[in-house]
Amino acid sequence: MAAVVRKDVLVELRTGEMVPAMLLFSVSTFVLFHFALDRRSVEGDLAAGVLWVTLLFAAVLGIVRLFVAEREQGGFDGFLLAPVDRTALFVAKATVLFCFLAAVELAAIPAFAILLLGPSPWDALPELLVVLVLADLGVAVVGTLVGALGVQTRTRELIVPILALPLMIPLVIAAARATSPLLVEGATGGIEGRWLLVLGLYDLVFGLLAFAVFDFLLED
Amino acid sequence: MATDADAPAVALRDLGRAYGERVALSGVTLELPRGATLAVFGANGAGKTTLLRVLATLLRPHAGSAAVLGRELPREGWAVRGRVGLLAHEPLLYRDLSARENLRFHARLHGVADGRAEELLDAVGMARRADEPIRALSRGMTQRVAICRAVLHQPELLLLDEPLANLDPGAAAGVAPLIGRASGVARVLISHDVELGLAEADMVLGLRGGQPEILEPAAAISPDDLKGLYR
Repeated sequence: MAAVVRKDVLVELRTGEMVPAMLLFSVSTFVLFHFALDRRSVEGDLAAGVLWVTLLFAAVLGIVRLFVAEREQGGFDGFLLAPVDRTALFVAKATVLFCFLAAVELAAIPAFAILLLGPSPWDALPELLVVLVLADLGVAVVGTLVGALGVQTRTRELIVPILALPLMIPLVIAAARATSPLLVEGATGGIEGRWLLVLGLYDLVFGLLAFAVFDFLLED
Repeated sequence: MATDADAPAVALRDLGRAYGERVALSGVTLELPRGATLAVFGANGAGKTTLLRVLATLLRPHAGSAAVLGRELPREGWAVRGRVGLLAHEPLLYRDLSARENLRFHARLHGVADGRAEELLDAVGMARRADEPIRALSRGMTQRVAICRAVLHQPELLLLDEPLANLDPGAAAGVAPLIGRASGVARVLISHDVELGLAEADMVLGLRGGQPEILEPAAAISPDDLKGLYR
């Protein structure tokens, strides 16, 4: 697994095909929202919605490309010829996607705070980090599954969003509801535990599902 | 009790494989002993690559049975992976990684020490260019790195699809100890060069339209017998 993660990070550092595109998309979307909403700033439900919808669409850009090198440069065959458990590829790719999402958020969230957000998010940073980690885990798991399915088709650019976005609706609802109280002026309430529970359950259910079916996606 | 080591390298009985409605391979029955070479000839679309991919565990057989190194496919495919070396049309190398990085990646997948990659790069004369990305290498150089990848884990069966494609005579001689008869392992070799293929073979399989038309010891076949496959 470590070999695949290391290889993907090395390729990304060399080509910059995923993270810069995802980050540029996020920042551009925040700028668009800034003008389209015609407000100096947003907070609460609206801020959480803008943040999570933007991050989700940015993630889709990465998911579309997650398995492209494997498909086009024989990586699947190379992996399948090796005496390793096929689910190791799933775990490795989900780890890579998680890391790339975290790298994007490292720059996209400060950009969101500067361009759009009214209240400062820094007081609620620990709680926000918990939501980000749980939501990114869900995106990584579902994204890896959908990416592996989509890359087998000729129309992966269409298939991936068509499959990924509906599957991620519960995740976006839970992430936005959990984030919303953290993005208001003088927030003191913290996160509602039930939304964290929903995110955790989502990660667990889709993690188990992906673990069960990923092998079949690699079959001819 | 029979063990994997006693079993033939390849044992096929009425092997068949289809892509949807189109039958790519059917009725292939043969046995290849350990250390022997099977040369496969046939025009484009005759089923040669399909046969290779079935033996590599990358495609499931749809009819008949296939055993590689004593293990039934696809049921025991897990026990075959890591024991076969595939050199296909595609080099199975990442274009943005260097030759050295690619080989080290595959070495880790196969649990092989990095030193083996260095040894092979040296053997094929690629040590000096080993840090350049694959996309910057010529086809011949890429083929040499792909040969290193295929033999990195010292496979017991080599599956070679036009292994000398794009190689100059010097490079071809350089890779001979790794993938030629001198390697000592069983080989299934696809070649369009009839003379060269025959010279390397112990057994010959000629395919036409996915069906075996010739299956003879190489000594009993002349180049003229094979030329009919391409008409």
